[in-house]
Amino acid sequence: MENAPGATQKNPVLPSAYDYLLDEKVQNQLLQYKDAQLAKVTFFIPAMHCSSCIWLLEHLYKLNAGVLQAKVNFLKKELQVNYNPQATSLKDIVVLLSSIGYEPAISLNDLEKRVKKDDNRKLSYQIGVAGFCFGNIMLISFPEYFGLDSFTQGTFSKLFGYINLILSIPVFLFSAQDYFKAAWTGIKKRYISIDVPLALGILVMFARSTYEVVSGNGIGWFDTHAGLVFFLLIGKWFQQKTFDTLSFERDYKSYFPVAVTVIKENEELTVPVTALTIGDRIKIRNNELIPADAILLRGDARVDFSFVTGESEPVEKIIGEMIYAGGRQKGATIELEVCKKVSQSYLTQLWNNDAFAKDNQSSIQSFQQTVSKYFTIALLLLAFGSAAWWLVFNPSLAMNAFTAVLIIACPCALALSSPFALGTAMRMLGRNKFYIKSPAVVEQLAHMDTLVFDKTGTLTQPSASAIQFLGNELTEQQAQLIASAVSQSIHPLSQKIKTFLRIGQLLEVDTFTEQTGKGIEAKVNGYDIKLGSAVFVDVLTSTQNNLATRVYVKINGVVLGYFEMEQTYRKGLSTVIGELTEAHYNQYLLSGDNDKERAAMSAYFGNHNNMHFNQSPADKLHFIQTLQQQKQHVIMVGDGLNDAGALKAAHVGISVTENTSHFSPASDVIMDAAEFEKLPQFLQFSKRTLNVIHGSFVISLLYNLVGLSFAVQGNLSPLIAAVLMPVSSVSVIAFTTISTTYLAKKGGLQ
Amino acid sequence: MSVMFILIGCSFLLAIGFLAAFIWSVKSGQMDDDYTPSVRILFDDVKESTTKTEEK
Repeated sequence: MENAPGATQKNPVLPSAYDYLLDEKVQNQLLQYKDAQLAKVTFFIPAMHCSSCIWLLEHLYKLNAGVLQAKVNFLKKELQVNYNPQATSLKDIVVLLSSIGYEPAISLNDLEKRVKKDDNRKLSYQIGVAGFCFGNIMLISFPEYFGLDSFTQGTFSKLFGYINLILSIPVFLFSAQDYFKAAWTGIKKRYISIDVPLALGILVMFARSTYEVVSGNGIGWFDTHAGLVFFLLIGKWFQQKTFDTLSFERDYKSYFPVAVTVIKENEELTVPVTALTIGDRIKIRNNELIPADAILLRGDARVDFSFVTGESEPVEKIIGEMIYAGGRQKGATIELEVCKKVSQSYLTQLWNNDAFAKDNQSSIQSFQQTVSKYFTIALLLLAFGSAAWWLVFNPSLAMNAFTAVLIIACPCALALSSPFALGTAMRMLGRNKFYIKSPAVVEQLAHMDTLVFDKTGTLTQPSASAIQFLGNELTEQQAQLIASAVSQSIHPLSQKIKTFLRIGQLLEVDTFTEQTGKGIEAKVNGYDIKLGSAVFVDVLTSTQNNLATRVYVKINGVVLGYFEMEQTYRKGLSTVIGELTEAHYNQYLLSGDNDKERAAMSAYFGNHNNMHFNQSPADKLHFIQTLQQQKQHVIMVGDGLNDAGALKAAHVGISVTENTSHFSPASDVIMDAAEFEKLPQFLQFSKRTLNVIHGSFVISLLYNLVGLSFAVQGNLSPLIAAVLMPVSSVSVIAFTTISTTYLAKKGGLQ
Repeated sequence: MSVMFILIGCSFLLAIGFLAAFIWSVKSGQMDDDYTPSVRILFDDVKESTTKTEEK
């Protein structure tokens, strides 16, 4: 059988790595249900990507008879497995899954809080009920509108009124309940949101209609009432679009392993990461993650910190050296001694910062929030004003005018404009691989004036550095000599040169010395070989190219040339920076590296004050906060865990990732690195979307003015309301979606 | 005209039937995943127990 359609198994994991799944406690936290015959568990499987994956995963029972049922939710990349705990175990299933190339992502996060089933269902019910009632009420109300009831001398009008009343009760009590709750919480916090006039409108409409029907004075506004709630809920549903497979809330916990192997008195135990204590001796195998700051005791450590810093080149560590948590070991098994608890590590203590404690739904008010405050005040003034006016001149109309104003001014179209404009924008951006956490972020983006970039992994392309040899062409023999010499070194540059030369047969090396940070010296077959920096090899260089790293080659005292390894910047970097400068964004660069690229970067960033090197994760966070104190609205663009603090603190955090199904730190936006070039267009589009919202606000105000002109005179008929409300809602929905889509196309988005 | 009462009653019964069907479909999770079933229908049925979807 085809084991893994489309997926190649890159890093086979030893079954023993999953020993922690045998632990009862761990199992209880992972399993959703368990009895003697049946256990249920849901895995998140990032590798799932095609319909064959669904086929294979749903036929898991063929590979393991203990599996009773496997069901895929492709959009969420989830696999629900029901199995018989007597016939198989959780560990066996996980080992089976990873052996066929679908390793489930089980992280510390899964254990700490159980993934809650998001409750979109209530909204579906509310829409269903509102839609049902709206349709039937409309039907029942038609005879009245067209005066057809006059033929039957009003036999039906009373009956129809009561039917409408009964149909409206579920709309009022169930479908609309969230608006009342939201308005009430707002008022308690002395804050007027758009929910206040909405709730007021719904309430008044229902009360007055009930009164009219019961007292036999009319038929009321039940159709407008149900229609309003229905449209509002549709807007809410439209806005609820989320990118299920992406997680915007990941912190180090969703990245760290669940358990680690600890050596105690020559015995290997599997211990949950959270239970690690200082002094524990841990064993890290190839491709495993170092969970806590630790000192290397044994083995060759080559640690890949790409998730932390964005730099994909593994770093070598020597025995006795401290290794920070978050790195991934590449190569042989190593042993380390834990010197800090997981939560206290250099990297993870970033999460103890205040920026993570508060939910900084930023200080910038959305347009809708700003407007609804004034709108509500004006509305109440108008309602009481017209009531007062009629109390003086014709008291019988006062109540009518008062309620009519509240009913007709109910800002349905206004409440719909933001959800539809922002929801459409979010979909358009998502289509361009610019995934936004929530629609509100689109609006936030439009207000930003400052961009802060991380360098490594964000502006540079990891693992894409090009290598070439410049100088006299190397002979076969020379190449062989060089390859033999560099094969003695595990320095990343040596490894690269070795791969580049592609020599199969290596010669024996007589002597070999390596000077850290300078180069290597070796004697092979009687030849003296020296490789390293210009100073080490004694070469005078005139041309300084700061972008490239050079390794000079000298054999028997003759310099042959140099290997050049170029750090490649992202495609279109200069255009991006140029366009952003033109659009008057302040731009800063933060880098955790040393400042050897200062000169190269100043070609892009100009002013040296805008570039900061040697920044620790906490420095980055503070830098963002300082900018914010200067009233700048900051976007942080970063990629690794070391940017996590800055991403969180910034008004909008954009994390750039090579592969969206891989880990990316908590942020507001996840951007596919391939689309980096389009960043200026994305920002411009967000501004245009805001203009659309302003435009639709004007349109909805015009409708309100027309309705109000009837209402204040006290002669608003239910028919006018019934026509005006759907017409205004539908036209605002059409205007916002069409113009947002048009602007996206015009702005160069697909 | 009194036939209207019967007709109204019938139309409501029908409509309520649709509403009930909608509520059932949400409850059984049909709105949670609108992609996978479109692929699953193409698979051959081999074992009864696996094709039976589970509700909760």
